[in-house]
Amino acid sequence: MKLSSSDDRAFDIRTVTGEDLPAVAALDERISGIAKPDYWQDVFERYGGRRKGRYFLLAEDANKKLLGYIMGEVRAWEFDSPPCGWIFGINVDSEGRQTGVGTALYQAICDGFRKYGVHTVRTTVSHKNELVMSFFRSQGMMASHYIQLETELES
Amino acid sequence: MRLQKATRCALYAVLELASDPKRQLSANEIAEKYDISTNHLAKVLRSLGREGLVEAVRGAGGGYRFSGNAKRTTLLDVIRLFETVETVSSGEREPGDDTPEGLALTQVIEEVEAIERATFHSITLDTMMKLVGRHRK
Repeated sequence: MKLSSSDDRAFDIRTVTGEDLPAVAALDERISGIAKPDYWQDVFERYGGRRKGRYFLLAEDANKKLLGYIMGEVRAWEFDSPPCGWIFGINVDSEGRQTGVGTALYQAICDGFRKYGVHTVRTTVSHKNELVMSFFRSQGMMASHYIQLETELES
Repeated sequence: MRLQKATRCALYAVLELASDPKRQLSANEIAEKYDISTNHLAKVLRSLGREGLVEAVRGAGGGYRFSGNAKRTTLLDVIRLFETVETVSSGEREPGDDTPEGLALTQVIEEVEAIERATFHSITLDTMMKLVGRHRK
């Protein structure tokens, strides 16, 4: 899918291949500060390629430089939730922010979810991660009737 | 949470003006639309002007126009100009706070406050205008 950013730079959105994995992992490491090679290998094995209802997409510029990525899948009947699209990862390189790259990735994965008849898209985000939360808000996301709960496991 | 009157006036004013940054509106025009006091709104607009969110345009046909960055300004940024966003842990100590029951109650209230703060801080004026647009349909 050929697109152009708000600063008129052309970019492309496509499915991640094995060759892209080091650049994707490096972008994540730059942003999160944590290297997770095993995690990225596992994500690629489960979500890479064209698997039914699963998406691992990237945005790259005309020079094949990685600008960002998004991951998600269609999930059904978890806690009685009808099928919905789940986004469980998105990152955009600082150079690509505020230029429409994140929005294009989000729209591309939503287009994929629609093909499966899904009408709702969900994600989970730390309320301390204001950048990502603001991004999802700007896409029209609001708090859902599901709430995430957790506890520390006693040893 | 109930926002104070000045905060609501400020949010209405910035959203109205930011919806068309080239347009100038008088305090009277904004006050009329939202059924709020012109005098009260005029004071609020002066405060918003000091923060660079709106600017007064002088002369015939003058008024106010939006001069901020709608993609960078959050609801919390505006709210904080008009009221103290106090958390239970930063407020005055209350009797019973140090008991296990008081500590548990504080923990629950802090959970509510964290979600409230994150919500206001993650919604920019630009996002809010999109939400307004959805209510117009």
